[in-house]
Amino acid sequence: MTVPMRRVLLRPFRVVWRRLTSMRTALILLFLLAVAAVPGSILPQRPLNADKTNAYIAQHGTWGRLLDHLGLYDVFGSVWFAAIYLLLAVSLVGCLIPRIRLHARASVRKPLPAPRNLDRLPESGTFETAATPEQYATAARAALGRRWRVVQRAEPGGAITLSAEKGYSRETGNLLFHVALLAGLVLIAIGQLYKYEGNRIVVQGPDQGFCNTVSQYDTWTPGRLAAEGKVTPAPFCIDALTSFVANYTAGGEPTEFTAKVRYRPTLGAPARDATIRVNEPLRLEGDRVYLISHGFAPRVTVTMPDGTVQHDVQAFVPSDASTLLSEGAFKEQGRPGANQDVGIAGLFAPTPQDTGNGVITSVSPQVNDPVLAIIVYVGNLNFNGLPQSVYSLDTSKMTEVGRANMTVGQTKSFGDGVKVTFGGWVPWVSLQVSHDPTQGWLLVAVVAMVAGLVASLGIRRRRLWLRVRDDLGSGGPTVVEVGGLARSDTGNFSTEFAGLLRRLQDAAGTVRHDAVVGGVPAGKE
Amino acid sequence: MAGIDGSMAHLSDSLFTTAIAVYAVAMVGYTAEYAFGRKGRIARTVPVAARERELVGAGAGPVIAPAAPPSGPPAAPPRRPLAERIGRWSLGITVVGLLLHATSIVVRATAVDAVPWSNMYEFASVAGLVGVLAFVVLLWKAPAIRHLGGFILLPVILLMFLAGTVWYSRATPLVPALQSYWLAIHVTLVSIAEGALMTSAVMTMLYLVKYRYDRRPEGAGRLAVLAARLPSAATLDKAAYRVVAFAFPLYTVAIIAGAIWAEAAWGRYWGWDPKETWAFIVWVIYAGYLHARATAGWKGRMAAWVNLTGFTAIIFNFIVVNVVISGLHSYAGLS
Repeated sequence: MTVPMRRVLLRPFRVVWRRLTSMRTALILLFLLAVAAVPGSILPQRPLNADKTNAYIAQHGTWGRLLDHLGLYDVFGSVWFAAIYLLLAVSLVGCLIPRIRLHARASVRKPLPAPRNLDRLPESGTFETAATPEQYATAARAALGRRWRVVQRAEPGGAITLSAEKGYSRETGNLLFHVALLAGLVLIAIGQLYKYEGNRIVVQGPDQGFCNTVSQYDTWTPGRLAAEGKVTPAPFCIDALTSFVANYTAGGEPTEFTAKVRYRPTLGAPARDATIRVNEPLRLEGDRVYLISHGFAPRVTVTMPDGTVQHDVQAFVPSDASTLLSEGAFKEQGRPGANQDVGIAGLFAPTPQDTGNGVITSVSPQVNDPVLAIIVYVGNLNFNGLPQSVYSLDTSKMTEVGRANMTVGQTKSFGDGVKVTFGGWVPWVSLQVSHDPTQGWLLVAVVAMVAGLVASLGIRRRRLWLRVRDDLGSGGPTVVEVGGLARSDTGNFSTEFAGLLRRLQDAAGTVRHDAVVGGVPAGKE
Repeated sequence: MAGIDGSMAHLSDSLFTTAIAVYAVAMVGYTAEYAFGRKGRIARTVPVAARERELVGAGAGPVIAPAAPPSGPPAAPPRRPLAERIGRWSLGITVVGLLLHATSIVVRATAVDAVPWSNMYEFASVAGLVGVLAFVVLLWKAPAIRHLGGFILLPVILLMFLAGTVWYSRATPLVPALQSYWLAIHVTLVSIAEGALMTSAVMTMLYLVKYRYDRRPEGAGRLAVLAARLPSAATLDKAAYRVVAFAFPLYTVAIIAGAIWAEAAWGRYWGWDPKETWAFIVWVIYAGYLHARATAGWKGRMAAWVNLTGFTAIIFNFIVVNVVISGLHSYAGLS
């Protein structure tokens, strides 16, 4: 006998496919997925904290670099993690398709005919009734109610059988859960492609706002398609931070952060006011604006070596998250080429404490007689067209002309005719704009998942058969045999069956009552 | 934000400590009943099916705390055996401990003027309460498994002891990130689900003991005395499964609630923060458990180990991730 060539060629694929879609493989893949996620929580992850990751690699030398090659600093973006969940998804699809087909068929099929010996089923019982088989069958169907799908059949021997089945929604729920899970994965993937995130520091006051375009963000992290320009950011503008309030306990624990902003939902729309709190982002169409962090922006007036006066406000970045001791720089350009730029490196202490020999630190994030500690330089700020951090100075072409700790309102003179006035401070906030087009749909998918899960774990599949026959014309009462089978999650089926049997017996009682009222055929009593 | 009521916070701490001591007394009582009670008593008292039905309720209704003692047989002249009397007393003592424990949490809530589960100490206290509550609710319906009380109280006492010593933190007002009604939803669901999964893990451990005993009764050594008095292996296995079948959807909803909250607080619904990663790992392991129970060759003992692995991951997520690994969920309150 020859086997068709096509089948021979396809056999390896069939074998692989069957292996992949087997429950055993799915289980192993599930555990691999769990194990693979572990390093993602233990090693520093580049997408979460790039600085920490680089420090870790530097600290661990060859090992650090080896782990980097293996993608262990970006586990959830690595090829092997993707390989596991993609294989799992394929395995799931392969498992679901035949199950959906089977379930669709089972849902329209009539319950199976009664087996010959009901007393051989895991649960069975027998009782008698005075009603005729027809009468009892009708009563039993009513007693079972709508949750059971019942089919009545007549057997050649004259007996009536009822085949009842319930719990179809168990499999429906199970399939719904898995399909919704796959849909959720697809939605997450689409979201990753089209999303973007932008960060921007906004100092309180006019002319410090921004609009939702890539060039106006301090940092911008787009999904792949957003990076290619396939996403058009919604054209809204945050025009100004009108106020920012931070409250603390006596111990310095924060209790409230509230930012008030003026914004326009579209470029041409009239300006509106909104409040943004930590758990309350500003929700615009397609975009959300979050309050991420905050800090202080000291205000200075600088008299330049040539006598001109410049006003400046600069956001300082906190170097200590708990006391908000902040660092920053002012960069005042003089006439080009004159070598008379003024650079000020500063430290802002909201609640200052002198640690001795004039070094200032902060002991609380609350503002209480703040001090601005500065080092003033004159020379060339070295703006050579390359991007420079706004928080630090390049002092390679500058000379120090003095340093001072200043309180609000103080003016100090330094060398080269430079005078600095610490005029005060305003708060700044860091706002994050997030866009993810699929998250609403994802919520729908996970709600479907939960519904499916509850049905799949809560509903039980049961089969029940009744054989009703009058005792072969011997004049005896009608005999009802009942058999039951738990097709899933046996649980407490014995108790459940006992309850059912009682209900069916009670149904026999009502029949007898009706029958007496309606007149019972002679010979039945 | 309102400040902290110091005297209320102090009262809460005293109640908490007293509750631990009361639980410990009850545990000794249950253990005495277990050790000296009549062998095989349980198997005769309640049919298997009825026991299972009650075990299903293990995590199902941690809402009410019935102070009523179990409805034993009517007080008939023949005096109850000593072990049984000790057991009944233990249950009464447990209920007293439960009331003290619950009062401690309510008083703490009054002190901080918020739901009191925002750090490790508070979370452990609530999870422990859920565990004991689940057991008492269970007993209300199935008094016959009372002698297993020690197995439930032991981990609860351990948890509360660690909470009160190592993880203790003063009552403080909520930081802005926690000022959300999602705190109540997300953390409540997590504590109920994890409290229930603890019960399941206890059942699974007992199952493994019983399973080993059933296979080699003569070689079980000293454990044999204990194992002989356990419910059947099949019953324990099914009970463990029913509790997971109840807790797993709850845990799923808890993670979803967390994701919704993260979307509002941190700007994204999922970011592989260590706590999120471990929640994912735990979820995947218990999903594996549910599948393993339906797979030939994985049923029974293998599935039981998967269950215990899942609970180990929960403990890791609670202790190591909170204390050792830093992340956005750093609310342990330890410094």
